[in-house]
Amino acid sequence: MRYKDYYAVMGVDRDATQDEIKRAYRKLARKYHPDVSKEPDAEARFKELGEAYEVLKDPEKRAAYDGLGTKWQAGQDFRPPPDWNEGFEFHGGGFTRGAPQDFSDFFDTLFGRGATGGPFTRTSGRAFHARGEDTYAKILIDLEDAYSGKTRTVTLEHTEVGPDGRPAVTQRTLNVRIPKGVRQGQHIRLAGQGSPGIGKGERGDLYLEVEFRPHRYYRVEGNDVFIDLPVAPWEAALGGTVKVRTPSGYVDLTIPPNSSSGRKLRLKDRGIPAKQPGDLFVVLNVALPKADTDAKKAAYADFAQAFEFNPRADVGM
Amino acid sequence: MTSRDTRKTTLVGTILEEEVVLSLGEVCRASRLSAERVIELAEEGVIEPIGRNPASWRFRGVSLRRIRCAQRLEQDLGLNTAGVALVLDLLEELEELRTRLGRIEA
Repeated sequence: MRYKDYYAVMGVDRDATQDEIKRAYRKLARKYHPDVSKEPDAEARFKELGEAYEVLKDPEKRAAYDGLGTKWQAGQDFRPPPDWNEGFEFHGGGFTRGAPQDFSDFFDTLFGRGATGGPFTRTSGRAFHARGEDTYAKILIDLEDAYSGKTRTVTLEHTEVGPDGRPAVTQRTLNVRIPKGVRQGQHIRLAGQGSPGIGKGERGDLYLEVEFRPHRYYRVEGNDVFIDLPVAPWEAALGGTVKVRTPSGYVDLTIPPNSSSGRKLRLKDRGIPAKQPGDLFVVLNVALPKADTDAKKAAYADFAQAFEFNPRADVGM
Repeated sequence: MTSRDTRKTTLVGTILEEEVVLSLGEVCRASRLSAERVIELAEEGVIEPIGRNPASWRFRGVSLRRIRCAQRLEQDLGLNTAGVALVLDLLEELEELRTRLGRIEA
């Protein structure tokens, strides 16, 4: 077990007042709150912060923690002193936020899992029968899955309180039909697949937040899908038909003559097939062949001669 | 680690944001909050009911997500309900702007 330096986590001095600790907590909580923060390690930092605050905001726990002395370094191998816990009587801190099962072994050993309220008060404890908690997970799917309504296998890991009262990691595999037309950021609700209820309480629901796996060619915005399509200069100038791969299969796309880079061609209702289907936009991107042989250089020179073209006319140069 | 395999059956879900419509009672059950609290959240604009009075209120599925987020923000950041409603609106706006920015930078 590793020693945790709660003062360092909160960025306060060991002699900080309770007010200073509270202010530091609020400030860091705003910075790392997973609902607000875009920091990559926000969730881990927030949990660590919650644990540190749980101890330091409570004068009893703080005094006990301070009693360990200052000789410990963060991360150092730690064993509680033999007389630990004698003479301290902890009252529940009333801290309901960070789930106690997320706290570290270090916290556990010092204050016990029950330190945030009786051992079984995890779920309000108001009645003996209670509906299980709703659970949340993210799933990464391919854009094509949202088009076809495919079935995907999802493996979820979650923590459940085992028969011994300690949390255990449970893994389960579900077969989930991806609803056709689902979009990034939406949630698939699976009724009755959340945490088990207490007593006769029914199971909670499971919510899967949908995220599209980043794709080389497709970009999604709301219901609309964008594809960048490289075209040859002559295809753009003369027009023509190009086979384009879309999430729902290949289509023959007609390129109008005299198209330029950035031109958007709309394929109506070929975006994500939601209730209000999105459109598919093909964005043309003129690709230039390299002039790497004498013949190709000559072709470019002929090209220049045939056109008296000033590409910068628009910008007055 | 224990493992429970429910692979035999295929679960069919619904899209919370589009297909799910909930009554006040259903919102209370799903979020495990009292009706008074849910009504307060509606009054402060955290969630937007459709309908005239609480008995006939209907909520879009996305309300559950906003409630969950609101509860966390209130507890963790010491905000009041009106403050949370503002934060949620700003977060949505921020999300929209980030999406647009992503498109421009792509």
